[in-house]
Amino acid sequence: MLEKLLDGPKTFYMWLIFLLVLIAGCGLVYLDQLQNGLSVTGLSRDVSWGLYISQFTYFVGVAASAVMLVLPTYFHHYKKFKRMIIFGEFMAVAAVVMCALFIVVDLGQPQRMLNVMLHPSPNSVMFYDMMVLIGYLGLNIIIGWVTLEAERHEIDPPKWIKPLIYISILWAFSIHTVTAFLYAGIPGRHYWLTAIMAARFLSSAFCSGPAILLLLMMVLRRLTGFEPGKEAVKTLTTIIVYAMCINVFFYLLEIFTAFYSGIPGHEEPIHFLFFGHEGHLPWVSYWMWGAVIMAFASLALLIPPKLRENPCLLPIALIMLVLASWIDKGLGLLVAGFTPNMFEAFTPYMPSAKEIAVALGVYGVGALVLSLLWRIALGVKMEVNHMHDD
Amino acid sequence: MNKSRRSFLKVAGFSAFALTSGMAALSGVAQAQIAPGKYERAANALHAKRWAMVIDTRQFTGPEDYKPLIDACHSFHNVPQIPGNQDIKWFWLDSYAHVFPDDMNAHLNKHSRESMYPLLCNQCTNPPCVRVCPTQATYKMEDGIVAMDYHRCIGCRFCMAGCPYGARSFNFKDPRKFLSNPVPNPEYPTRMIGVVEKCTFCAERLAVGKLPACVEAANGKILFGDLEDPNSTVRQALAANYSIRRKPSLGTQPGVYYLI
Ligand code: SF4
Ligand code: SF4
Ligand code: SF4
Repeated sequence: MLEKLLDGPKTFYMWLIFLLVLIAGCGLVYLDQLQNGLSVTGLSRDVSWGLYISQFTYFVGVAASAVMLVLPTYFHHYKKFKRMIIFGEFMAVAAVVMCALFIVVDLGQPQRMLNVMLHPSPNSVMFYDMMVLIGYLGLNIIIGWVTLEAERHEIDPPKWIKPLIYISILWAFSIHTVTAFLYAGIPGRHYWLTAIMAARFLSSAFCSGPAILLLLMMVLRRLTGFEPGKEAVKTLTTIIVYAMCINVFFYLLEIFTAFYSGIPGHEEPIHFLFFGHEGHLPWVSYWMWGAVIMAFASLALLIPPKLRENPCLLPIALIMLVLASWIDKGLGLLVAGFTPNMFEAFTPYMPSAKEIAVALGVYGVGALVLSLLWRIALGVKMEVNHMHDD
Repeated sequence: MNKSRRSFLKVAGFSAFALTSGMAALSGVAQAQIAPGKYERAANALHAKRWAMVIDTRQFTGPEDYKPLIDACHSFHNVPQIPGNQDIKWFWLDSYAHVFPDDMNAHLNKHSRESMYPLLCNQCTNPPCVRVCPTQATYKMEDGIVAMDYHRCIGCRFCMAGCPYGARSFNFKDPRKFLSNPVPNPEYPTRMIGVVEKCTFCAERLAVGKLPACVEAANGKILFGDLEDPNSTVRQALAANYSIRRKPSLGTQPGVYYLI
């Protein structure tokens, strides 16, 4: 099926070239980081994780969200998702590739990366995280490829793929749960020491991941005329709404627990996120308030069926939802976990320009993988004429 | 861990140690000085079941009293001085509120409140840094010391997120660029960029029969000994004085005690 990459339109290749240039440029910044160490980042002794790890966390969620298509299709025999599902699976592949890269660029000694496998430490959640991510990547590549191949020959996928699909459903939950345990299981970081962390991670993944997928599908429809199916979009939007409501609810639970209990350690990180310290608003506060506004605005647009089915409002609502969840998980989670620090003191963190450039490079690789895989999937759909509702 | 299992481990550890050192002697290979759990201990090595430190802060009058201790530690271990907040700290000072943040008593006596307190790795009995390390680069030795294998560390900094005491430092920059040439102590290895480091309770000095550098420089104001031996100086000091530890509620069981 790889030959499908060869018959794309010219704009597709220009897009690929743009991505390659971006990746190369950001790659140079990464070389600088390799030379001069993580000193080029905005990290410090007190804030030892930053943008890289938070992006890793966010994209594990995006990867896990493919299950929101797979589960209804295979558990509830909801046929309408069938046409879209391959795009969800391939998005998961791209997301896991990005996760792996975000971990690599975050390491101080990347050439020793294999030590995690050579000297496995069964008490470390990071070991399991690496294992489940690799497993999930493999599962999605195999399942995606085999089902696509079957679609191309217009036959049913082979029987042996079914068990793998069921495993991949459980697996998707596990990757995000284990990632949450990276945070939730350590003492002394008040913002993270909460039993609801895994549940929060899953709810935010299940709203933001499908929202990203839907937005990308809209772009795809614009560019190629591929129609994901009205019913399918409607169902997926409903899933997004429910997940987002739960996501916001879970966050409010955290706020209640922290402020009603009045325990300073639990209050301070949230207070810092939204109100700063000593009358001083850090940059992240502006983002957090933006996230609050966008979260509620997206809900206001998504909950009433009339608005949610409006083709102009839907993308706006989805973009706001994605931004809100990205700020909460891709920025706030890390910043509030480390401020106040272990000494109840405040060391501000802001990603440096180089750090952002390296992260952009990883995004570029993700976009490249996604473009290539989606191009193949689209080629097959065109060949067997699965571009529209029959 | 119960007593019998601990003694079993001790015997097992000792035989393993005898075996490895014996083999090293036979083959004539000089063993690396730092290897996981296999410190080459000299005949005069100091032993304990659980090393612990008692710092008598009452005997220090001000930050300048601690300076020789910090210098002793940092020059013995070639700890560089790096400006900014990407620095390396093994032994350092901070205020009462920062050192004991959960002991918030607004009416604490003036002296205690305004003093500076020394900080170092607590060598916890239940160390979260060991729990989270994905490569076992951070590990616990049989005498309670939480040690590090710099050559195995991948620089993921999970241990920094995990340590509730901020005891770990990461080499954001090449530390050697910030050291004099020759380095303060050529006997002790310098670290490379991209790995984490921290106070080691001077395991390498104990192995040759010496007390930790900071303890030596403190002239009796810091006690060091076996927490499991009721006759040790640390146990006697703890029995006779009121002592506190940092963040005891987290269950990490710090091995550093402060007499206030
Ligand atoms: S103080 Fe921190 S670094 Fe030292 S043993 Fe305890 S958890 Fe580990
Ligand atoms: S930074 Fe090194 S010592 Fe710390 S957890 Fe990672 S591998 Fe272990
Ligand atoms: S015990 Fe040794 S390594 Fe630790 S602070 Fe004292 S001198 Fe430094």
